Amino acid sequence: MSLRTPLGRARGLGSAKDGTHHWWVMRLSSIALVPLMLWLIFSLATLAGAGYEATLAWAAKPLNTVLLILGVGVMFHHIQMGLHTVIEDYVHSEGKKFTVLIAMTFLAWLLAIIGIVAILRIAFGS
Amino acid sequence: MAQFVLPINSRIKKGKTFKAEGATHVKRFNIYRWDPDSGENPRIDTYEVDLDTCGPMVLDAVIKIKDEMDSTLSFRRSCREGICGSCAMNIDGTNTLACTKAIDEIKGDVNIYPLPHMKVVKDLIPEMTHFYAQYASIKPWIQTQTPPPPDSERLQSKEERAKLDGLYECILCACCSTSCPSYWWNGDRYLGPAILLQAYRWIADSRDEATGERLDALEDPFKLYRCHTIMNCTRTCPKGLNPAKAIAEIKKLMVIRR
Repeated sequence: MSLRTPLGRARGLGSAKDGTHHWWVMRLSSIALVPLMLWLIFSLATLAGAGYEATLAWAAKPLNTVLLILGVGVMFHHIQMGLHTVIEDYVHSEGKKFTVLIAMTFLAWLLAIIGIVAILRIAFGS
Repeated sequence: MAQFVLPINSRIKKGKTFKAEGATHVKRFNIYRWDPDSGENPRIDTYEVDLDTCGPMVLDAVIKIKDEMDSTLSFRRSCREGICGSCAMNIDGTNTLACTKAIDEIKGDVNIYPLPHMKVVKDLIPEMTHFYAQYASIKPWIQTQTPPPPDSERLQSKEERAKLDGLYECILCACCSTSCPSYWWNGDRYLGPAILLQAYRWIADSRDEATGERLDALEDPFKLYRCHTIMNCTRTCPKGLNPAKAIAEIKKLMVIRR
C-alpha cells in the first residue's frame, strides 16, 4: 500500500532524456536491411544448386564479403534493439527484466561475432 | 510479466436476463456488471430493450435500462452529445461514446463493457485517477516567460491557430488510451495516446514558450517511446482525431532538435 499522491506516482522518476537515439537507429537499421535482405535473397536464389565450392567462392568475393558482414552486423543490432523493446514491454519485475536484457544482449553480440568470423574465414580462406 | 488471463476473481459469469414484456422490436443488451460490495465475480446481465420506446443511441438504451428495468446499473454520463467524454465504454468491441453510437449501427446483440484494462469502480465505471494524474503531469496549460501584452491577448496568426485543429477537440474520454495494448501493459509509465496528443497540443501552440522543456519531459523510453504505432487509438477515437499522428509529430521533433 502506498499513500503517494496520484501525481507523484504519474511523474515517477521523471524523464530518462533517452530513447530518441534508440528510435532513430531502429529506423536506420530497418531502412538498411531492406536492400541488404533483397540482395541476399536474390543472391541465394541464383546460387540454388550451385554446390559447396561455388557458394564459398561467391562469399569470398570482396563485395559479397562486405555486404554479408554488413548484413549480419546490422541485422543483429536491429534484433538486439528490437528485443530490448519487447522485453521492456512484457517483463515487469526489474530483477527479471535486467537479467533477461543482459543475457539477450550478450547472446546477440556472440551470434553476430560468430557470423562475422565465419564470413571472414571464408573470405581469407583459413 | 504482462498478464494474459484474467485473475480468478475477475472471470466473468453469466448473470440475469431482464425480459421486455409485450415488445415487438427487441434488442438484447449484454452488459458487464460488477459490484465491489457483493464480493462476487463480475457477470454479464442481459436486458431486452423495446426499441419502439427507446431513443436512437446506445446511451438512450442504457439510461432506459436504469430507469425502467434495473436501477442498480451504474455508469457515467453527462452531456449526451459527445462533448464531455463521460460515457466512454467498450461497445460492440470498440471503445466509443455511448451517446454518439447509434444502436442500429450494431448488428446482433449489443455487448457493453467498461473501458478495457482499467480498474473497475462499479459496473461500467472505470477508475480514472492515474489517467488524470498523467494529464496533470504534462502541465496542460500555457507556459510563458514573456508577459502578456498590456490590455490585450497573446496573439496567434491564423496559420498558427490552424495547427491546433485536430488537437483541441480532444475531450479526454480515454477511449484511445484504453484501446492501446502498450498502455494496457505499461500504463503505469507510458503516458498513452490521449495524454501525448494533449502534450502535443501545447508543443504545437505558437504562444507557448516551454516547447523545449515539454519535449525534455517526454523524451523517455516509457513516457513516449512505448508507442509502437499500433494505431488502435486513431481507429477508435469517437471524435475522429488522430492521436497516432500527434505522437509521430512529437517523435519527429525529438529527432529534429538533436
